[in-house]
Amino acid sequence: MTILARLTEKSWEPGPPPVERERPSAGTVGTLAYFGVAMVMFSLLVAAYLMRMGLHGAMGHGSDWKSMPDPPLLWINTLLLAASSVAWEMARRERMARAATAGAALGGLFLMGQLLLWRHYQATGYTLSANPANAFFYLLTALHGLHIVGGLFAAGRALAAANMRNIALCALYWHFLLIIWLVLAALLLST
Amino acid sequence: MATTLADDLRPLHHPHSWVTRYVWSQDHKVIAIQYSCTAIGIGLVALVLSALMRLQLGFPGAFPAIQPDNYLQFVSMHGMIMVVYLLTALLLGGFGNYLIPLMIGARDMVFPFVNMLSYWFYLLSVIVLVAGFFVPGGPTGAGWTLYPPQAISEGTPGHQWGIVTMLVSLAIFVAAFTMGGLNYVTTVLQARTKGMTLMRMPLSVWGIFTASVMGLLAFPALFVAAIMMLFDHLAGTSFFMPTMQSMGAITPTEGGSPLLFQHLFWFFGHPEVYIVALPAFGIVSDLISVHARRNIFGYRMMVWAIVIIGALSFLVWAHHMYVSGMNPYFGFFFATSTLIIAIPTAIKVYNWLLTLWRGDIHLRVPMLFAIAFIFTFIHGGLSGLFLGNVSVDVPLSDTFFVVAHFHMVMGVSPVLVIFGAIYHWYPKIFGRMWNDTLGKVHFWITFLGVYAIFLPMHYLGILGVPRRYYALGETAFIPQSVHLANAWISVAALIVFCAQGLFFFNMIWSLFRGPRADPNPWGAASLEWQTPDTPPAHGNWGAKLPVVYRWAYDYSVPGAARDFIPQTEPRTELGA
Repeated sequence: MTILARLTEKSWEPGPPPVERERPSAGTVGTLAYFGVAMVMFSLLVAAYLMRMGLHGAMGHGSDWKSMPDPPLLWINTLLLAASSVAWEMARRERMARAATAGAALGGLFLMGQLLLWRHYQATGYTLSANPANAFFYLLTALHGLHIVGGLFAAGRALAAANMRNIALCALYWHFLLIIWLVLAALLLST
Repeated sequence: MATTLADDLRPLHHPHSWVTRYVWSQDHKVIAIQYSCTAIGIGLVALVLSALMRLQLGFPGAFPAIQPDNYLQFVSMHGMIMVVYLLTALLLGGFGNYLIPLMIGARDMVFPFVNMLSYWFYLLSVIVLVAGFFVPGGPTGAGWTLYPPQAISEGTPGHQWGIVTMLVSLAIFVAAFTMGGLNYVTTVLQARTKGMTLMRMPLSVWGIFTASVMGLLAFPALFVAAIMMLFDHLAGTSFFMPTMQSMGAITPTEGGSPLLFQHLFWFFGHPEVYIVALPAFGIVSDLISVHARRNIFGYRMMVWAIVIIGALSFLVWAHHMYVSGMNPYFGFFFATSTLIIAIPTAIKVYNWLLTLWRGDIHLRVPMLFAIAFIFTFIHGGLSGLFLGNVSVDVPLSDTFFVVAHFHMVMGVSPVLVIFGAIYHWYPKIFGRMWNDTLGKVHFWITFLGVYAIFLPMHYLGILGVPRRYYALGETAFIPQSVHLANAWISVAALIVFCAQGLFFFNMIWSLFRGPRADPNPWGAASLEWQTPDTPPAHGNWGAKLPVVYRWAYDYSVPGAARDFIPQTEPRTELGA
């Protein structure tokens, strides 16, 4: 039944006899709903990023925005996260717990890569408060990293219980975080 | 793979000890009561703050303990506590938790553990908030909107520590709400019992459901804004902080945008108004229908109006920023979208009135509060039409007219519904009836009292009396009558303040001494009144989940034996 048909039901009239409907699992619905929340959060941050970037120049001052360099580590990390997502997808399709472990491990490597990236920037003088571009970079990567940490926690629980349904949800979550990361990386690389 | 009902999802958690039953409880009813008690407790703090503000405004200088700094802190904490920690938490965490599973025929929320975490995060956020009163410099005095740069600049009370506790507490609250909100949304979508189609849900559930979806999409803005301001304050970034001269010195920050914060804040702040209002709309529809013994007029319209209001409320946020400076076309857009919301809202008001029309109205205490809500809500809604127009808003901005408007529409109105709802559902929650006379006395003092408080404020606002001022002093445009009005508003406010004692006395006295309640004292058709036990036992429905055959509004059906038909009663018209 389409959503439109559901919302136009004349519920005061005698309807058909009650039936049990197939519904997606609660975990799937909850995870998808959370994607909405995270998407809003990152969209707002991207909007704030663009607004803050363009604002100073638009007000007639010289721009105070100094873009960060793009070290190769950024690309390596992106590849790591993509590989992690592929591993999770294999785990979901083939129902392989080993692939899921590999996916989680690659996710952990991505996190370590991000930490190295932070240290690299710190060492080259791109500190948090030096420029708004840096501040946005640290904020965005930190929030994205926290989501990965949460994902690793959930993955650990799903693997410990060998719960295939939750492993499939983890795969979904990893793809979502990969898409978010690709958007963020594109933003960081292009500005 | 796909499952159908809450029953099949997982074995029901079973509490084994007193602690897991009442403290670390995963039962939605216990969590609801925990949420409600915490919200009401912190709400009482905010109520006391408002009484202190009124003492200062009514009798300036008579209470030397209230200094200008304190006054600003009272204003800020009162606003934030009432909007976020009382209304949002009580309507969604309290009523949402209690009513959703019972009204849709589920045994519990779909993620009971996350639901429990949600409450404990909420409690933590309240503790951090209260800690603000005890840090050096006291809580923040930046106003509940917390606008930078003043919120974290020298000269604002609590700019050093108070603002940190406030922002941290808000971030924790958002985490708590997200856990709760995901539960409410998923439970409504996922755990409805057999026969409970979306359009057979009571309007209370529709209101709470839509508000939860909105909360999930709006609170991230507050979270982001709070985190960014914390960075600005603690790490020296300049997201929001422009170059400033403070105390004769140039600040190290550069180029930040205070307007950016305002956009983020109101992208959360305006939907927040409806996050509070929509559950109230839903609940009041049910109260009116039950106590007028009449089906709600235009049920489908009511559902659509709730959804449309929810969607539109994301397109109007900048009407809070008319005086911040904006492109005139921008202002035109936001004024138009704001006024368009009046259409679905008016549909709801007409439908409430048409439900009452020729109804068999029982003026019991919950009904009195529901009807009072229609008065205060129309009143506050109409003054909103003034403020939605840019050219009318500009002179009225930051005056008492605004204070009167939002207190009527999103302060008093939801609170009246909350009172009505507590009087209405208390017999189910605790199995005891309240004292009716005390309830009526409480109602009349509260209802007439809020008019005595907020009606004169409109006139003060039109005279140009500014809000958030510690004292007016001798100013040419402020006549003597303003001081007189202020004194009388304070007297009325203190009377209403004291009258709430009746409510709490009634609540506690009834818990122990109230007469035992019938399982369905109001003769209501919706599912929560059909539980096998009163109060509902763990798991709500005994051995078998209820099956739903009709909507929740079969009142005074011609030819029926009683003047209501429960949702669980099968249809008998054979061949009809």
